[in-house]
Amino acid sequence: MAQMKFMCDAERCIECNGCVTACKNANDVEWGIQRRRVVTLNDGEASEMSISVACMHCDDAPCMAVCPTDCFYKTDDGIVLHDKDLCIGCGYCLYACPFGAPQFPKQNAFGERGKMDKCTFCAGGPAESKEEEYQKYGSNRIAEGKLPLCAEMCSTKALLAGDAQDVADIFRQRVVHRGHPDGAWSNNPQASTDNLAYDAARKG
Amino acid sequence: MNLLTAQLPGRAPRSGKGLTLGIWRCMLVAFVLVLSLGFTQVAVAQADPDREMSSAAPGITAEQWRQVRSGETGPNFRDSRHESTYNLINASGETWRILRNRWVSPFGLIAIIGMAAVITLFYVIVGRKQLDEPRTGRKLFRWSLFMRSLHWTVATLFITLALTGLNLLYGKFVFRSLFGDAFWGWMISASKVLHNYLGPIFGILLIVLLISLLKDNIPKKQDWVWFKKAGGLTGKHHPDAGFANGGEKAWYWLLATVGLVVVASGFVLDFPNFNQSRDTMQWANIIHAVGALGLTAVALGHIYIGTVGTEGSLEAMTTGYVDETWAKEHHNLWYEEVKDQAITEEELAARKSGDSSGDISASRPS
Ligand code: HEM
Ligand code: SF4
Ligand code: SF4
Repeated sequence: MAQMKFMCDAERCIECNGCVTACKNANDVEWGIQRRRVVTLNDGEASEMSISVACMHCDDAPCMAVCPTDCFYKTDDGIVLHDKDLCIGCGYCLYACPFGAPQFPKQNAFGERGKMDKCTFCAGGPAESKEEEYQKYGSNRIAEGKLPLCAEMCSTKALLAGDAQDVADIFRQRVVHRGHPDGAWSNNPQASTDNLAYDAARKG
Repeated sequence: MNLLTAQLPGRAPRSGKGLTLGIWRCMLVAFVLVLSLGFTQVAVAQADPDREMSSAAPGITAEQWRQVRSGETGPNFRDSRHESTYNLINASGETWRILRNRWVSPFGLIAIIGMAAVITLFYVIVGRKQLDEPRTGRKLFRWSLFMRSLHWTVATLFITLALTGLNLLYGKFVFRSLFGDAFWGWMISASKVLHNYLGPIFGILLIVLLISLLKDNIPKKQDWVWFKKAGGLTGKHHPDAGFANGGEKAWYWLLATVGLVVVASGFVLDFPNFNQSRDTMQWANIIHAVGALGLTAVALGHIYIGTVGTEGSLEAMTTGYVDETWAKEHHNLWYEEVKDQAITEEELAARKSGDSSGDISASRPS
């Protein structure tokens, strides 16, 4: 089974927000919610860097571990989805998530949160019918054999989506061509264990 | 070039000198252009990847990843998301998750179950605290209708908040598999709504209750002695106690401190619409959960002592009156103050039937 992952190549991302727009469009996301965001560090400085983030579909997902309703589940493809019928909008997933992925529509009285919404890897969610699924979670491109629209539409192919192995292979190739000594993963605690960075280091 | 030639006809009629100058100028510009073109071509031909790389924007370095990891944002941080206040990586999320799931959750359960076990054991081994002397049948007024209503309202709210709160923390381990998703979904959302809406009501009424009881709960010297004698568990005689004994005062001050902290942190959690940060919410949740679980454990003790644990205590909070013997044994100093106001059971019955708000005629000295 595939293990679906996103990866954003920060050296390619040009902060065009195409992915953000593609996602909004593909999933008809509610007003005020943006499942994907682009973060830019040191804007305008020589060290400027942009990166596109959404739910990263964590292996051992923190949101799953803290949800009081236990409404998250992992698909066979390693995609983290949640059931909006169970969600009570407590916000715990947001406190735990490393990437600020969960969001809440603000439309209820006394600031009470609505049902949580986050990136589904364009894989929809639990529902009785296709229409209901689209209305609640957005499109299910995975069921149609397609990858998430954000990555498909990324103009610089900075944002990659797909099986972790394929994504890693593409990135490894890029790193090799760039000639970075360590694939720009320097001082990343993962670098020694992550074979992706390991290969790059060997080449360097 | 076009611009230059366009000017020429306008100048030409003036003089021959002007015309020749124009031609010279034109040729000069053409020469410079060709020359510059040549230079560019040379530059392109000599492109040196190493030199280019050194002058290009640098790649992502360890410094940027450190910046990401530390959650540092700075003035040149941009987030494309609407009204976002988040940094790139929520590093404190892990701290919060570990504190909640690995510490608060198991130890809260240990505290509450442990307390229940200790109480049960105490009841089985030591048993109920009976009155030493027989009842005199004469009654003393202790709690007004207002105070009794307030106590039971706060108590009901507390128990509801405790049960719904416990469901938020532990419910998923028990009820989801037991009842199935449909019922569980209803149960947990009802818990959250009850908890979030009753919380503030509890908070306000708790403050009213604390203010009404403050006068009787000022710590005194005898309370210290009361604690040293463990409230009469050791030795034959009850230690001195006024209207409230040392244990009751300790419960009062626990509610006045931890209780108010739970209420305050609950308010922070209840209204996420005041732009408090994610980190604030994480800390509010930990403080709230620790305080609430602690209070719940201690409340079990309070409930035990007030009901099955002590003969004659519960009637104080239900009828408002206590037996003389109970007052003498548990609150001797208070008894000395009010003993001349004792009434017989007949008098009490008459008072209750003749005037349903009979409490008013009786007064509690203080
Ligand atoms: C003394 C009575 C109370 C008890 C025993 C209690 C208990 C709890 C517990 C155990 C949790 C779950 C924590 C977790 O899952 O990590 C919780 C959450 C919460 N409590 Fe309380 N609580 C009490 C009073 C209050 C009050 C007075 C308020 C509000 C003023 C309040 C508001 C909240 C909120 C907003 C949450 C977060 C849950 C959510 O948003 O769904 N609580 N409480
Ligand atoms: S919501 Fe956050 S914690 Fe959950 S899988 Fe996605 S990135 Fe991970
Ligand atoms: S907001 Fe919903 S999905 Fe997130 S932890 Fe709470 S119940 Fe679970």
